[in-house]
Amino acid sequence: MNRLLIADLKRLWRQGLAISLLLGCGISLFVMSNSSMLSLERSRQQYYRDYRFGEVFTALVRAPESLADKIADVPGVQEVQTRIVRDVLLDIPDMVEPASCRLVSIDTADDPMNGIHLLRGRFPVDDDRLEVIVSEMFANSHDFLPGDSLVCIMGGRKQTLRIVGIGMSPEYVYVVQPGMMITDDRRFGIVWMPRRQMAAAFNMEGAFNNLSIDLRPRASTDEVIARVDRITKPFGGTGAHDRDDQVSHRRVADEMSQMKTMAFVTPAIFLAVSAFLFNIVFTRLVNQQTEQIATLRAFGYRPREIGWHYIKMVMLLVFIATVMGWTVGLRLSWWMTSEYVKFFRFPEIDYQFASKHAIAAVGVGASAALIGTFAAIRKAIRLQPAEAMRPAAPKDYRGLIAERTGLSKILSPVGRMVVRRLETNRMATTLSVLGMGLAVAVLVLGSYMQNTIDFLIEFQFEKSQRQDVMLTFVDTLSASSIHDAAHLPGVSDVEPFRSAPVRLRNGTRTRRVGLMGLNAKPNLYRILDDQQQSVSFPVRGGLTVSQKMAELLDVQTGDEVWVDILDRRQPSYRVPIAEVFANFTDPSAYLNRHQLHDLLGEGEQFSGAFLSVDTNRVADLYAEVKQMPTVAGVVDKNAAEASFRDTVSSSSSLMRIVNAVFSGLIALGVIYNCAIIILAERARDLATLRVMGFRRGEVQMVLLGELAVITLLSIPVGLPIGYGLSYVTTLALDTETHRFPLIIERSTYSYAAIVIIAAASLSAIYVRRMLNSLDLVAVLKVKE
Amino acid sequence: MSITQTNVFTARSVTKVYRMGEVDVHALRGVSVEMLAGEFVVILGASGSGKSTLLNILGGLDVPTAGEVTFRDQSLTDADEDDLTEFRREHVGFVFQFYNLIASLTAEENVALVADIARDPLPPTEALRMVGLHDRRDHYPSQLSGGEQQRVAIARAIGKRPDVLLCDEPTGALDVKTGVVVLEAIARINQELGTMTAVITHNAAIADIADRVISLSDGQVADVRVNTSRKQAKELVW
Repeated sequence: MNRLLIADLKRLWRQGLAISLLLGCGISLFVMSNSSMLSLERSRQQYYRDYRFGEVFTALVRAPESLADKIADVPGVQEVQTRIVRDVLLDIPDMVEPASCRLVSIDTADDPMNGIHLLRGRFPVDDDRLEVIVSEMFANSHDFLPGDSLVCIMGGRKQTLRIVGIGMSPEYVYVVQPGMMITDDRRFGIVWMPRRQMAAAFNMEGAFNNLSIDLRPRASTDEVIARVDRITKPFGGTGAHDRDDQVSHRRVADEMSQMKTMAFVTPAIFLAVSAFLFNIVFTRLVNQQTEQIATLRAFGYRPREIGWHYIKMVMLLVFIATVMGWTVGLRLSWWMTSEYVKFFRFPEIDYQFASKHAIAAVGVGASAALIGTFAAIRKAIRLQPAEAMRPAAPKDYRGLIAERTGLSKILSPVGRMVVRRLETNRMATTLSVLGMGLAVAVLVLGSYMQNTIDFLIEFQFEKSQRQDVMLTFVDTLSASSIHDAAHLPGVSDVEPFRSAPVRLRNGTRTRRVGLMGLNAKPNLYRILDDQQQSVSFPVRGGLTVSQKMAELLDVQTGDEVWVDILDRRQPSYRVPIAEVFANFTDPSAYLNRHQLHDLLGEGEQFSGAFLSVDTNRVADLYAEVKQMPTVAGVVDKNAAEASFRDTVSSSSSLMRIVNAVFSGLIALGVIYNCAIIILAERARDLATLRVMGFRRGEVQMVLLGELAVITLLSIPVGLPIGYGLSYVTTLALDTETHRFPLIIERSTYSYAAIVIIAAASLSAIYVRRMLNSLDLVAVLKVKE
Repeated sequence: MSITQTNVFTARSVTKVYRMGEVDVHALRGVSVEMLAGEFVVILGASGSGKSTLLNILGGLDVPTAGEVTFRDQSLTDADEDDLTEFRREHVGFVFQFYNLIASLTAEENVALVADIARDPLPPTEALRMVGLHDRRDHYPSQLSGGEQQRVAIARAIGKRPDVLLCDEPTGALDVKTGVVVLEAIARINQELGTMTAVITHNAAIADIADRVISLSDGQVADVRVNTSRKQAKELVW
């Protein structure tokens, strides 16, 4: 039997390889994506561990150093790190718009909490030379190197800081300016400075305004937070929080969880599809062997032995697919992880092999293959040997749709051959169409995400946000300052806003959020629901929250939630939920601006303003703003959009490219198999035509005609399946905090159709070559 | 129609060597034959005598290793794949032992297939009439007996009015009675259309219906015999 196995493999190696390739693609994509995610996760954990990322954080106004001891005594606290943190404006000569940075104090202690990974230069010396370390991305975007200097306004005085190092920290993987939604490395960075000098500059000797806490194993985070809050409240504590509410970590975690879902769902569908195709194709292969099976049985082989022969064959193919899938998958995961790590900025990569996923993938493939094999073999074995050796029962061509509708009449004999064969081999045709349809579907699935992202960018930056520039103020400003803003160069419209850090509470469910106070009907900074309708904020209307925020807090319209104001000593308020709307951005909460002023017990005080600016005068505006000490930050919407596109394209394009390549390969594999099977089944007819004097091109029409019909049928079948798979993916991506719309543009459908046609053409070229080398005489000398 | 002295096929010292793995198989060893217009030739020989190889070379399905083959004035020796296809297309009708009908086409459609590529085709119904299957033209091959299928194959071969009709063991898979009917059909074509006809067989009894019998043995012409009187197909017994 082993000799037969070798003979069979010699005969069928091309097809076998193509089948293995299908499954191999599924396995490798699955192994690749899951391994990269695991590697990324481990790299992050390692980063956090090696550089001792804190576990609980809090900011306060000013507290004496002695308070740290009190907090260290809280049960569950392992270590306390006190710091001085201040946001200051920078004066960078080559920038028209103002930039700012966050100064963070560092201690000279060995192995400190929230340590800095030094990429260049050295740590600062604690003397009066004002030496600092600058965060990597900020340094890169300004080409700062150790030895350069940086001018900032510190405690009302211009100071020159000497850059001695470039570094990164687990605390600031993502650097987001307060009040901003996205990273802008040019306008905001982190600068680490020795504690003593910061204390001197900000008059904070013996005091601190920021805490990071390391917990003992198994400590209750909630309990520590509650106690720390009680201790820090008198010192302007804004409420402690764990990593989940730490800006950088939350971003990284969100991003990674989304990527993880995407890395699981799409490849899982790919794997299922490729396993299914493996099943189909291998089943057809066994079905072709009916005669051989009958011959073996006639020789006296037992059904079990014959079954074992095919099982060995399928297992060998699965084995090849496994080796291919694991090797390629692992190799690609290294590449992919290193690309992701560049994007996330983890100092070291901890490469992992997602062994559980890898084994599961092979299990899925092997089961699908075995199920198909069993069914086909059982069918073959049930036949009596004598019966099986006879040619298959003649097909009944009467009453075919092609005949009844008269389609045959208008076709040439060759055309009739094609349609009749397709119609009489209904099962095979259906499976071929379905197989190729799945390839089409996978192409849609592999590329629709770009449409969604484009839609979201347009939704966010074009439709929703209509301002050109957003200003944030150092402290809140009064109404008169808005009057000033309206007179800035090029400004045609001003829309002020108030934002306040709050904690929303409903029972045990809480969420920290920047509560935005907006005009009743914002004109520049609009909030749109998922139907692209503006949401309005009526006076005394109550809170308007996004769907995801409502789910996080488990509230609905009419319920009341507690609003804790975090940055001042104030009682909490109960505020009703006025409206819940569906959107596509972070969980968010809005209030009518006047109501927020009332809540905060203030008159009209603004955190910032949205400006509509004449594009030709933006530079003048920035020059002016730079001179305004009251302005903490400026966000140029176009720059923000560009930066967002950049970020998104670097993080998600990898996955998309890989998906597209793999779906193309799957398409090629399916079509190639289809073509080879058709060629095998039609060899005799084709040889007959050649002998009769049909030219190569004319004979190809029979084969290519059939392939073309299958390809063309597969497109309308595959596109809806692709939509369905994308829909399922969208559902899977609907996480606790985010929801994605399902947007599939026509271009994606066209792309899928074009790729499948291209893949079919490529296979056709190969089949043509095989057809040309067909031994006409040998084929005809064999009895059917 | 009578036999003229015009050569349709001329083969001179034709040799064909196949390479089978490590061994060279000499299928033809210097065969020289001529076939005349309108002639009915039977090529007789045992299995492995080289008769099929000779027919394939004459029919443009294969090329000789050495020697010279011409169809009328056209050399088939140096022809490439495309030339051979054109040659078959215009001049040759083939009939094989296993019929090789297209299962998905009716009898008439199988015949019509060649009408599509012929310059001056016989109407398919006419071709079927000549083999006595006019009334079964709408049947699919699976609905026809072996003999009927072979006659459809003959009708298909003559559908393009070929200059030569080459039949490789046309009765090999048939019983005597059916075989006779098939041979009758072939003989009638030869008579009525004047198509030069070559039939390969290992069955010596069939030789009597030919004008000439070329016997092959071990890749060489062993004997060429002219039948002074041709038998009718129905007179044959084997």
